[in-house]
Amino acid sequence: MSRERGPVFLARRTYRRRRLADAARLLPIIGTVLICIPLLWQGEGASGATRTTTAMFYIFGLWVVLAVIAGIISRRLRATESQLVPPRRTEG
Amino acid sequence: MVVLNVLVLVCLLYVVFLFAVAFGADRAARRGRGKWLRSPYVYTLSLSIYCTAWTFYGAVGFAARSGLEYVTIYLGPTLVMIGWWWTLRKMVRVGRSQRITSIADLISSRYGKSNLLAVFVTILAVIGATPYIALQLQSVTLSFAAFSETEQAGAALPDMQSTALWVAMGLALFTILFGTRNLDANERHHGVVMAIAVEAVVKLCALLAVGIFVVWGVAGGVTETLARIDASEIARFEVPGSRWIGLTMLSAAAFLCLPRMFQVMVVENEDEDHLRTAAWAFPTYLMLMSLFVVPIAAVGLDMMPPGANPDLFVLTLPLMEGRDGLAILSFLGGFSSATSMVIVAAIALSTMVSNHMVMPIWLHFTGGSAMISGDVRHVALLARRLSIAGVVFLGYLYFRLTGGGAALAAIGLISFAGVAQFLPALMGGLFWRGATRTGALAGLGVGFVLWQYCLFLPSFGPSMIMPQTVLDHGLFGLSWLRPRALFGAQDMDPLVHAILWSMLLNTGAFILGSLLSFPKPIERLQGAQFVNVFEHSSTTGGWSGGMAQSEDLLIMSQRILGATEAQALFAEAARRQGLAGYLPEPSPDFLQELERELSGSVGAATAHAMISQIVGGAAVSVEDLMAVADETAQIMEYSSQLEAKSQELARTARQLRQVNEKLTQISVQKDGFLSQISHELRTPMTSIRAFSEILRDTSDLTSQEQSKYSSIIHDEAVRLTRLLDDLLDLSVLENGQVVLNTQTGLLSDLLDRAERVAGGQVGAFRVERDRATEAIKLTTDLDRLGQVFINLIANARKYCDGDPPVLSIRTHEADGTLVIDFTDNGSGIPSEKQAVIFEKFSRIGETKAGGAGLGLAICREIMTRLGGSVSYLPGQKGAAFRVSLPLSGRMAAQ
Repeated sequence: MSRERGPVFLARRTYRRRRLADAARLLPIIGTVLICIPLLWQGEGASGATRTTTAMFYIFGLWVVLAVIAGIISRRLRATESQLVPPRRTEG
Repeated sequence: MVVLNVLVLVCLLYVVFLFAVAFGADRAARRGRGKWLRSPYVYTLSLSIYCTAWTFYGAVGFAARSGLEYVTIYLGPTLVMIGWWWTLRKMVRVGRSQRITSIADLISSRYGKSNLLAVFVTILAVIGATPYIALQLQSVTLSFAAFSETEQAGAALPDMQSTALWVAMGLALFTILFGTRNLDANERHHGVVMAIAVEAVVKLCALLAVGIFVVWGVAGGVTETLARIDASEIARFEVPGSRWIGLTMLSAAAFLCLPRMFQVMVVENEDEDHLRTAAWAFPTYLMLMSLFVVPIAAVGLDMMPPGANPDLFVLTLPLMEGRDGLAILSFLGGFSSATSMVIVAAIALSTMVSNHMVMPIWLHFTGGSAMISGDVRHVALLARRLSIAGVVFLGYLYFRLTGGGAALAAIGLISFAGVAQFLPALMGGLFWRGATRTGALAGLGVGFVLWQYCLFLPSFGPSMIMPQTVLDHGLFGLSWLRPRALFGAQDMDPLVHAILWSMLLNTGAFILGSLLSFPKPIERLQGAQFVNVFEHSSTTGGWSGGMAQSEDLLIMSQRILGATEAQALFAEAARRQGLAGYLPEPSPDFLQELERELSGSVGAATAHAMISQIVGGAAVSVEDLMAVADETAQIMEYSSQLEAKSQELARTARQLRQVNEKLTQISVQKDGFLSQISHELRTPMTSIRAFSEILRDTSDLTSQEQSKYSSIIHDEAVRLTRLLDDLLDLSVLENGQVVLNTQTGLLSDLLDRAERVAGGQVGAFRVERDRATEAIKLTTDLDRLGQVFINLIANARKYCDGDPPVLSIRTHEADGTLVIDFTDNGSGIPSEKQAVIFEKFSRIGETKAGGAGLGLAICREIMTRLGGSVSYLPGQKGAAFRVSLPLSGRMAAQ
């Protein structure tokens, strides 16, 4: 399996775009971790259990934040894509 | 009170409206006007078929039973969507480049176009979707029932079962009319997608309207609502960690694997770029759908009588408050959710059933050949319509068998767990080259059996299909085989238990099977195509044609694609090959294109089989080909090496050509040189011979004459010697054998000496210099440099025809280079001669002093040796020569 090797040094824009793609890859992982956070609140014993409303605020807040970040990342990936992706042969 | 008949009327009107939308969209698309049809927002809205009646009704029920746990069902897809860069992008690219028609097609395509695998996935998908379709039927039926309960006077609903039957029949009819108007599944269903998008808006608005009504209309504001939640049974956040994580992962997996999601996400995708919008817009949609679920559940629990079905709070709360309009909107929202899911699921499943099961069987029974009479299109469409009816009917059957009593969420989760079994084969296929067909079959088989045993069969209720003894004591009385406590995993949540074991063993079997088996060449080829789809998007596959008869192919294609489309395709291919008429050469490229086209209609496996029947033995030749070439990766590497080699060859050829040109030039030069030199030597020799003969043969010569003739002989001999000296000098310089004698001195001294040697300022000839600029210390071979100066000054002396002749020598420094210009006031050198004056034996006309024409050639050689240059400076008043020399003292290689 030979992987295509890219150039060692990249132009600034290409570099930025690759880091942006890294961010896009990282986002769901961070999201997963953050979604699991409310589970940590449960272990405080019966008396101090978290209220549903608190968890609701956290989850929906997180949801909005994730959507906004995803929006920002995908918007910027769109703007810079044309420089990176070499023209590909389509079907035929 | 709402009369039930009004409800039915509203439903019918709504369906007619949807038809109008679909029809209009289809027409716009056909006329090429529907640019808005290809909007990323329509794509995003079409993804919302993820939110079915389960979401619309069931989420509130789910929340009323287990609090905030319901959000996991929407958090999973959110994670998948914001992680589109990982998987969805690749799935969509593969789907487009391989013309994939369904998830079964994708998996079968990846594992060597195996029809067995396609059939297996299809069966699993149909069984997995059955509870889900039942869920939609149940929810619509329940919502009808909710209205009839509030109806006081008569006309009660006949009974649940028959309502469900009517709903099922209506949905089947609706789907058939909608979904099977064109055959090519890869041709986008613009109408359906548009109708779904409209339904997505309706259900979101309906749920938000109910939510706003509940929060501000019933509870009386946000604070009051929060207080009610805090006071309700679901006030505490008590979600078991295993279920929280398990359900999130399950819903993420199902989002990728559900046939209907695959249909809208990959098959109906117009443009990969739409994913970027969907990446944030779809999570937002899901968030809005889930936003009011807990408030509605809490208020419902508070206000409704105990024992009311929480699944219907969305409907019964407005009804109880007497808001009939809102209730009808809510009903329409639920109806939209149910219909859109059933339509897309039925289209997706029917495509799979007809492509992977009906068509191959039909082909087999009609003589095992594609060369049959009749229109395959007709058969394919019929198969699809029957499959839609069959799939919906199966859903109805499940609904009847389970009695329609279970909570909506429980049914939905069973379905999710079923389709999630595709995940290892799907992801393995997309990311792991080593995944094989055997592994995929093993994984799917193990996962399917476990899902059936642990979740699906028990879901019918005790003793329905699975005897109670098996549930309690395990199969064959083996306690470690109890469906709810496999391998002794006691006291686990049944769902988490089933997911854990089925996914674990499924993945294990998949990996083990892949590691132990050896893939066929076509599998490896397809594997490379899928895994490295971004490196080479084109395909593959190689028909080594030639044996195929174009006419047979055309006959077959006409039956599948339709006569006009097939003829157009063939004519276009023929035109590209430079042939007239309708029959192109069956080249591998053309066969591949044809297969791709056909697979859009009948699926990859069938299309492959059909073409291989006509092409005959091509499958074998593919394998032969692959056996030789081993792997695409190797081919790629090899071809890139070849490319590098050919570039190198081209470079070498270019160099050779240059060298050859130079050699030719040198040879011409040499010839010219020889003829020149013989001429140059001949002239003095002739006069020497002539005068020496006169001296020898003539006796009565006066001493005056004698001395005159002998001095001519002497002069000519001197000239000859000078010529030979120059030649020797030049040849030494040219061969690079010259030894430079580096000294340090002042430029002004050097010029003084040169001026003196060249004859000084005799007669009218004057040399103008600017001594102030000449005080520059030089470290170079001063003798050789002096020789150049002498030559230039002597030339000016000899050739300058100014009156009076004046030579001006100007010195300056530029960028570490010493520049000395020798400019006279004569008529200069005509431009056409300027290029050749530095060549050997070039002389400008026959002027008064006949030099050999070697001086400037020697100057040039000397300056090159010294690391500088001498050149003619055009555009001055007279002849001008520029000598430049680097001041660093660096000299050219010796």
